[in-house]
Order: sequence, then structure tokens, then C-alpha cells
Amino acid sequence: MNLPIAIARRVGYALILLLAVLVLNFTLLHLAPGDIAETIVGESGGASKEMLAKIRKDYGLDLPFHEQLLNYLDRVAQGDFGHSLFFDQPVTELIFEKLVPTLLLVISSLFIAIVFGTFLGVFAARRPSGLLSQLITVLALLGYALPVFWTGIMLVILFASLIPIFPTSGMDSGPLGASGVGYIWEVLHHMTLPVVTLSTIYLAFYSRLSRASMMDVLGADYIRTARAKGLSEQIVIFKHALRNAVLPVVTFAGLQFGALFSGAVLVENVFSWPGLGTLAFESILRRDTPTLLGILFFSALVVIIANLLTDLAYRLIDPRIKTGAKA
Amino acid sequence: MVSSASIDFFSLVMGDQKTGGSMMFAKFGLLAVTAALAVGSAAAVAQDKTKRGGSLVIISSQVPRHFNPAVQSGIATMAPGAQIFVTLTRADANWKIHPYLATSWKTSGDGKTVTFKLHADAKFHDGKPVTSADVKFSIETQKKFHPFKTSLAPVTAVETPDALTAVVRLSHPHPALTLAMSTSILPIIPKHIYGDGKDPKTHPRNIKDVVGSGAYMLKEYKRGQYILLVRNPNYFIKGRPYLDQIIYKIIRDSSSRVIAMERGEGQLYPFMSEIAAIARLKKNENQIVTDKGYAGIGPNTWLAFNTKQGPTADVRVRQAIAYAIDRKFITQDMHQGVSTASTGPIVPGSPFYTDDVRQYGVDLKKAEALLEEAGYKKKADGTRLELTIDYLPAVPDVQQRIAEYARAQLKKIGIKITVRNSPDFPTWARRIASWNFQMTMDLPFNWGDPVIGVHRTYLCSNVRKVIWSNTQQYCNPRVDEILNAAGKELDTAKRRALYVKFQKIVAEDLPVYWISVLPYHTAYSKKLGGAPLGIWGIVSPMDDVYFK
Repeated sequence: MNLPIAIARRVGYALILLLAVLVLNFTLLHLAPGDIAETIVGESGGASKEMLAKIRKDYGLDLPFHEQLLNYLDRVAQGDFGHSLFFDQPVTELIFEKLVPTLLLVISSLFIAIVFGTFLGVFAARRPSGLLSQLITVLALLGYALPVFWTGIMLVILFASLIPIFPTSGMDSGPLGASGVGYIWEVLHHMTLPVVTLSTIYLAFYSRLSRASMMDVLGADYIRTARAKGLSEQIVIFKHALRNAVLPVVTFAGLQFGALFSGAVLVENVFSWPGLGTLAFESILRRDTPTLLGILFFSALVVIIANLLTDLAYRLIDPRIKTGAKA
Repeated sequence: MVSSASIDFFSLVMGDQKTGGSMMFAKFGLLAVTAALAVGSAAAVAQDKTKRGGSLVIISSQVPRHFNPAVQSGIATMAPGAQIFVTLTRADANWKIHPYLATSWKTSGDGKTVTFKLHADAKFHDGKPVTSADVKFSIETQKKFHPFKTSLAPVTAVETPDALTAVVRLSHPHPALTLAMSTSILPIIPKHIYGDGKDPKTHPRNIKDVVGSGAYMLKEYKRGQYILLVRNPNYFIKGRPYLDQIIYKIIRDSSSRVIAMERGEGQLYPFMSEIAAIARLKKNENQIVTDKGYAGIGPNTWLAFNTKQGPTADVRVRQAIAYAIDRKFITQDMHQGVSTASTGPIVPGSPFYTDDVRQYGVDLKKAEALLEEAGYKKKADGTRLELTIDYLPAVPDVQQRIAEYARAQLKKIGIKITVRNSPDFPTWARRIASWNFQMTMDLPFNWGDPVIGVHRTYLCSNVRKVIWSNTQQYCNPRVDEILNAAGKELDTAKRRALYVKFQKIVAEDLPVYWISVLPYHTAYSKKLGGAPLGIWGIVSPMDDVYFK
């Protein structure tokens, strides 16, 4: 099978998956008790029954479930994700506003986790029972076991309160902040703690993974051959061994992208990071169904794209993998 | 709470590097300012002590939907709304009503006509003058769309004999009229913008290019991040406001909010309700922490009973529960003394409050006797009956924790309690609004006058399936009679007498058991002068706030 067909098939699956995401999420959200009308009334400090009924009617919440679902799917098919019930703004506008900060956070964390994780793993693998290796194992275990929101709060207390070198929250300093190059610096400054927090779990994960896979590879015949040829240790490790050892890491990076997204929800809330996570959180609490469905849809889309890219990356790293023709 | 004079002295001597002004100021008027601040209220600070300029950063957890308080209640909208839009009157820390957009007003002999004279220089941010037509339009819009139906309920018509005169006609005298007009419950909104026929609740100008006539103009709203207000150069009160900018910085995590205050990222943090946060900021030498500024809002915490279904329909069961729950333990131990006990439907800060009602000190014997009398005999396992408690999933210190305390405490008198958790507000609201509960913790606000925030919980006519109505389904015709009379009585003394009677009756009937006033506190930097500590706190115009 050639590449275009493989990709076309992938895209086909993706479309079915997205439809399932929409229908399932819509149904699940519908099952949750309470709706946006109650939230609006609640945030207003109470209202009359008539007002409640009017809000429900305005938002089409008085229709039977299947009609609501079909209406929704129909609109999505036309590229209309509806209006946020709470913010009274097109959902797509809201999401695109928040997608960039989330991608910035997630991709930076993933990058740091992969790069540092792999290198730590490689170093640990070279002397599996050495002190450094043990230390990395302990750190990895700790990083993996700690709840990400707790790590976040601890980092805030440590590096924003006790040793105040980083800001507590947000992505920039808002209206009091800098512009131009200063702004980039400001964002980097603000993103340090959230990125470190989010990458801890995955850093731990990748270091363990690459350590195991590196140890595996280092025992292989071709490594012995390479060493026998008299190649320098650096070339053996980074050119011969790493390229093979890194494959499982890449596989997992793709698979874990979705998990990283969900981790981002927690981290974003701890750091008030203006991304999809905080928006999702607010939408759940307020039963802002269109926004939430939109976020879930776009998250699914991003994860699917990430998986496709992983597939492509695979082919680049390991030319032996052909286009899914193997039985 | 804290002696502001001594702490101010400390801060000024210590100085603070962030604003250059404070040290310079310390040289000039140290004694003068400590004396002025000792008086406490913003109004007491003399004009010549103020200084222009500076950006005030307010730390907030509140995400507003939009900025038009004429159609939306809630602090998130009302607080910035009070800066963007003016109101006819304003209130000080002692419940005294002062002129604002209205320079004067006169009530007719029968109390059914109130004539307001408007300030001649008031202009909207787009340059158009504020006239009586805008006042009429605002009142009509508010009446139609605002959730607080009672605040302007008696208003039948608004006449506009000339551009600067608005005559408000009432179906009966309205004792709380000027009080309701003193905060964002009635903002004056521009007719030329909101009168275009679009639905005011979803009007695009509620969030973009918002035009009011207040001291500050909305410059930018980054959803969920910050709100930026800038000085209105054409504000009708000359020389004000003092600040260049107000920024509401929205931080979701409560410990991050505290840290932001400690670091000086913000200078004002209102509506703190976490006991640990309050205690922590109280230790900070650069901050003043006070519980002033919430008298008008009047946040009451209570345990509500379903008075129509289940065991709690029996008043003896309700009273037994009251005898078992120790308000003093809750306020003094659980809340470490930062909250005060609430003894009735009207919060202690209100001029209509009385503590001369049945108080229900802890008396477990009496509680058990009442249960016995109600027919709940002790079973072999020591229990008499089983009940559930819900709680509002917010402000855990005054909701979930009290519910859990009640479970332990009521076990002592043989009531087995199941605490029902709600993951989020809509879940809880749905349960309570559909009367599907036995008991629930709740925290409704008084909103200044009993007519606005108190009547709703106790009137037979307000038994509805809507959250924060009379979901207890309590009905006592005598109470309705008294409340309806009090809602029309202009004479404050007579009105107070009616409310005293009301408080005594409901304290016997006990549709809800009042527990504490929410421990709302405001922390603010010592560099800040004229901090908003009036009855409406931050929901009042901050045109007199300044940096020292």
C-alpha cells in the first residue's frame, strides 16, 4: 500500500472517530444534572421561573434530546460550533484564542520531556547500576507518582513565594507588561513553572522508557560490531544505538499527546494559564455545553493530527517501516 | 479588626520600594495620614492628602460574562460595572445615602413620587450627555431584565419633565429605593446605545465598546485573564478619579492569589473567604486585612430545611438540630474567629438587625427531648432518624466543612446524616431548586435592604422551583403580612419594629438555621488610600481611591 492511500484511510478513520466524539460527548453532557440556565440564574443571585424558562427557550434547551443532537450535528457539519452560552461569543473564536497558549504549553513540555528524558535515560543506561542511574530512577519514580497539580502548587510556593524569581500565574504581565522582544521574554518567564510542572511526569516516563530501550539496544550485536570497528563511544551511542533506542519514545510521545492535553487542564488551572484547559474547566462548571463540545472536538482533532505526525516521524527515523503494508 | 493606625505607621516607616511615592509621602505627612486613616472611612480622608496616578491591580477570582449590571447580577459584573457606570446615589460605610448622578431628590408627602435632579455635567464616555431619558430607560431595562425583581418592584412609571429631572412614580412607598440605586443594581446605561431594539441581555455592547459615564472606561477585557479600566478624563466629578488605571487580575488558584498579594503583584484582594488565606495575609506587614466592606452585601450562611417533606417538616426536628449545632464552635474554632455568628435572616451589619431572638445555644438534652416529642424514638443502634445534607460546592470553609461538622454533631442526638456531594454548582442548584433535598448548606446575600435579599427566602408567594427563592417552601401568613408592611413603610423606626417582629417569628419557625456571616475579608496594600470599605465594598465607585 502506498503512502497516500494509507493517509486517506487514516483520515477516514479520524472522521468516524470525530463523529463518535461529538455524539458521545453530547450525550454524556446531556446526562449531567443541571444546565446553563441554572448557572446564569445562580451567578445572578436568583431569578424568576419565567426568566429560567426564557433562558432555556433562547438556548434551545427545551427541545427533546434527539432534536438538540441533530441540530448540533447539522450545525457542526456546516462548520458552526455554536455560541458559548456563558460568554456569548462564537465557540470557534473562543477556542482559537485559547488554542495557541495550550499548544505552546503542551509542545514545550513534550519537547523538554523527550529531549531531557531521553538523555537522562541514555546516561542511565550506560551504567545501569551506577549512582547516576539510581538517582535518575528515583527522580523518575517521584516525578511520575506526584500529582501534577500538587507539583505545580509546590513549585509556585517555592519559586514564586519563598524564592520569588518566577511569576505565580498567567501567561504575561497583562496591561502592565512589555511589548516586542520584552514580551517574548515575559512569556518565557511566565511559562517556566507550568512547563516544568507539566514535563515532570513525562520526563520521568521517557527517561525510564529510553533507559530500558537503550539497555536493550546496547546489548545488540551491531553495537558490539561498531565498538569492534573502533568507533568512538560517542558515535556508537548517539549514531548507532540512540537512533534505534528512540523509537519507542517516539511511539509513546504520539500516544501520550492526548494524556498531556489532559494534564494541561490541571496545570493551566493551577497557573491560570489562559488556555483550553482553563476554558474547559470553566465550561464544565457552568454547563456551557457548546464550548465544552468544541474544546473536546478540537482536542480530539489535535490528538489525531499528532498521531498522524508520529506515524510520519516513525518513517523518517526508521526507514524499515513501510506504509503499514505488513500483516 | 486590626488597629489601622499603628500598622500604617509601621508600613510608612518601613516603606516599600515598589511605588516611589510612599517614602516621599512618609516625610511629609506621616502623622496626618495615620490620623486620617485611623478614622477609617474613605470619605474621612481629606482631599489634599490624595495623589493622582498609578495603576491599582485588584486580585480577583471572578470571571464576568459581560459588564452590563442592568441585566446581570453578581459581583463579577457588578464590581467593574460600578466603575464604568454611575448610579443615581452612593452609600458610605454608615448606610448614609449621598448624591452621585442625582444631585438631590425629593419624596412627595404620600411617598409615592420621588423627583431626582441630575448632575448637569455628566457625560457618557462617547461624549453624549446623560439625561433623564437615560435614567428612565435604565429603570425600565432593569425592571424588565434584572433578576432582582423586588429592588424596583413598586416603580410604575418614570417621567422626564426636562433633561435633568426624572420623576419616579411608585405604586406604594418604597423605603429601599435610594439604597437600591446606590450600587450596580441600578446602573445608568445609555439609551442611545442599548435602546436600539436588540435584546439587552445579549447586547454586543455589553462586552465590547462598553459606554457608561463612570470614573473609569473599559479599555480591554482578556477573557479570564484581566480587565483593564482607564481613567475617564471627562468624569463629571472634577479632579477625580485619582488612579490612572484599575486592573482586575483574574487568578483561579486561591494560594496563587495569596502569593500574588504577598509579592505585591496586586494591591487589593476582596472577597477572600478561605480561613487559611485570611490568616496568612494578616501576618503580612505590608497588608491591611479587614472584614469591612460587606455590610451591604450581607453574606449569610445557613442550614436550610425542607419544611414540607420528610422529618424536617416538623418544627421540633428543626429546632432539635439547631440545639445541636454550635455556632460558637464554628465561628471561633473552625473559622478561627474570622467569621461572626449569624442569628437570624438579617445580617448583624444591617440597621434592621436584632439579636433579641431565640438563640439556640448548644443543648443536646433539649435536642433529644424535642426529637422524642416528635416521635423519633431511639433505636437499638442509637439512631433516631436519618437525614441528608447538601452543600453548595464553593467556599468549603463555610459549606462542606460545616456540613461535615453537622454530621458529627447530629450523631450525638441520634440523627444519622449523609452528606450529599455535588460536583458543581448546576448539580446542586438542580437538586435544591427541584425541592429534592432534606437539608442544605447555603449562602445567600442580603443585598443591602431586606426587601431585596431577605424577603425572597420567607414569603409564601415566593415558594418557587428556582434557586434562591423560598425553596424551603416555608409559609407563614403572618410573616407575609409583616414583610409586605415593612416593604412599604418609610418610617425607619416603624420599619425596624416590623423587622424585629419578623426576625423573632422566623427564629421560632426556623425554616433555616442561620450559622455565620461569611468570613469575607479584603486585603489591601498599606500604600492604598481610600480603600473601598463602604457598605458596598468594591461594588461602589472607586473614584476616591489613591496611592499614597
